[in-house]
Amino acid sequence: MGGNISSAGPSRTVTREYRPRPDFFRMACFLASVLTIVLLTFIFGEILVKAWPAMSKFGLGFISGIQWSPNRGVFGVLPVLIGTATSSFLALLLALPLGLAIAIFLSEDFFQQPVRQVIRFVVELLAAIPSVVYGLWGIFVVIPLVQKYGAVVAAKFGFIPFLAGPAYGNSLLTASLVLALMVLPTITAISRSSLVAVPYTLREGSYALGATRWETILSVIIPTAAPGIVASSILGFGRAMGETMAVAMLIGNSQRLSWSLLSPSNTLSALLANQFAEADGIQVSALMYAAAILVLLTLGVNIAGEAVLRHTQKATAGLR
Amino acid sequence: MTRNLLLATLILASVFQIKAATALTGSGSTFAAPILQRWAFNFQKENRDITVNYQSVGSGAGIKQFSDGITDFGASDVAMSDAEIAKVNGNVLMLPATAGTIVLAYNVPGVPAGMKLTRETYAGILLGTVKSWNDPLIAKNNPEFQLPNLPITVVVRSDGSGTTGVFTAHLDAVSPEFASKVGCGKSVTWPVGLAAKGNEGVTAVIKQTPGAIGYVEFGYAENNKLTTAALQNKAGNFITPTIESGAATLASVNLPENLRAFITDPEGANDYPIASFTWLLVKKTYTDATKAAAVKAFVTYGITTGQAVAPELGYISLPAEVVTKVQAVLATIK
Repeated sequence: MGGNISSAGPSRTVTREYRPRPDFFRMACFLASVLTIVLLTFIFGEILVKAWPAMSKFGLGFISGIQWSPNRGVFGVLPVLIGTATSSFLALLLALPLGLAIAIFLSEDFFQQPVRQVIRFVVELLAAIPSVVYGLWGIFVVIPLVQKYGAVVAAKFGFIPFLAGPAYGNSLLTASLVLALMVLPTITAISRSSLVAVPYTLREGSYALGATRWETILSVIIPTAAPGIVASSILGFGRAMGETMAVAMLIGNSQRLSWSLLSPSNTLSALLANQFAEADGIQVSALMYAAAILVLLTLGVNIAGEAVLRHTQKATAGLR
Repeated sequence: MTRNLLLATLILASVFQIKAATALTGSGSTFAAPILQRWAFNFQKENRDITVNYQSVGSGAGIKQFSDGITDFGASDVAMSDAEIAKVNGNVLMLPATAGTIVLAYNVPGVPAGMKLTRETYAGILLGTVKSWNDPLIAKNNPEFQLPNLPITVVVRSDGSGTTGVFTAHLDAVSPEFASKVGCGKSVTWPVGLAAKGNEGVTAVIKQTPGAIGYVEFGYAENNKLTTAALQNKAGNFITPTIESGAATLASVNLPENLRAFITDPEGANDYPIASFTWLLVKKTYTDATKAAAVKAFVTYGITTGQAVAPELGYISLPAEVVTKVQAVLATIK
């Protein structure tokens, strides 16, 4: 074909008929994307089928039940649901201010580009560390710290239900601290890109009105990027909810209800990781039920995050 | 060149074809995994035509895979229930292969191994009614130790396990309060403490937490040099967990015809109170005669020559009379 080009005159190209051939590349891409949806549906369907015996037996009482006793055939996930929500929420509470501060720092020109580039790279590298390594780090570094200072805090402020003793090393607080570090890259990266997307004209306008840099950041840039920052938090929350290995190693895996942050707790994913291997009969089904709840929760949170993010991109596009 | 290579491959392939070994696969108990894998390794050195592959997937999964016909044999810390036996139409033999004890290991600063715990005390600790190390219940029997005013952190298993099954079966038998509040099983709800995955997880938390106490297999406690408690047995004596005290427990067990015995509360004066056999699950009749022969050979090796490695791995060797009984049953495999 290639050899023909030099000899081909203009008249020949005109006479050559254009015949559309099937676009195999496009078909392959289409097939791959459809396969993703099929796979997701299949996985969720399989979970539902396996969960059905427990669903029909326990119904909604499964969600409000506070006891999980496989040896007695009693299954309730309320303490685990609360543990999942609180550990993720606490992680977010800790990670959001830090992540936002880093994002502001990286999107402004406080330092030269290369320095910011390095910091950005390092923060994003946090996302590449395997979960089990975070777990080990938590065991050797965070647990002793929480044990040491938790006991002191519990002794002094134990009258506050959230800080009541006895202080455990493997606790809700320990898991939340490590989770905070794990969701930091998600929050930083998305917040940074939404801060960077704030139109330069807005910034210049603010300066022209005599605002200082901090006034500009706090009252112009952050409000404009707010939906993106909210989206980053929601996605970070979703990531924290699904996190398994590190949490299972640190949270203490107890299905008892407790107000204290220094008490052991449990999450849905940790419960599944711990009990699946040895489960049989209705327990397998109950765990599948818990898995279905986890899938629905993370799916819901991620859809919400995506929706807010889409909305922001449209909103800031209008400002440009 | 290519042709030579092809020829060489063909020859190699045919050689391996002829030498194809009988492959036995088994799965189950994580507790028994070290000794079963050692047996498999040593056994293969002597029997080149049989390969044994054992995977430690947990007792429950072991029973399941064996019942589903995925494996040739299984291993479980908890004997199969009547319902489970019915599921395989009774085509199963449970053979005691090794045994172990479960210890209460603790980390109390300044207190060496050998703290004496009465049955009331250790049941109370695990129920959360005994909360501090200087509790009078503990102090009464341990006047020689300086017991600190330190909260007790109970460490249990987060995953379902045969270890929990054996341990709770004992507590269930000795404490009516435990029986009504917790009950027994491979996975229970503990009224107190935190949970970690596997013997190794529990061991790690105990080592790391001052004031911790938890239950682990004797072998794990030995290997990790944990300090262990002397527990009061049915006769009222405080027994330190050792190979000897475990062997005493096994010796006093009367194995029934089907070899299924649950040791929940041994009666001998020097018996360590918490012990269990680990059973190998094999079929009464195999469809493949060579497989039946291979299973027989492997189990025979395990309960005879294999028992010698038990103490160094933290297990208790089977008493001679148990070995004889198992051999008699083993002979009936077809």
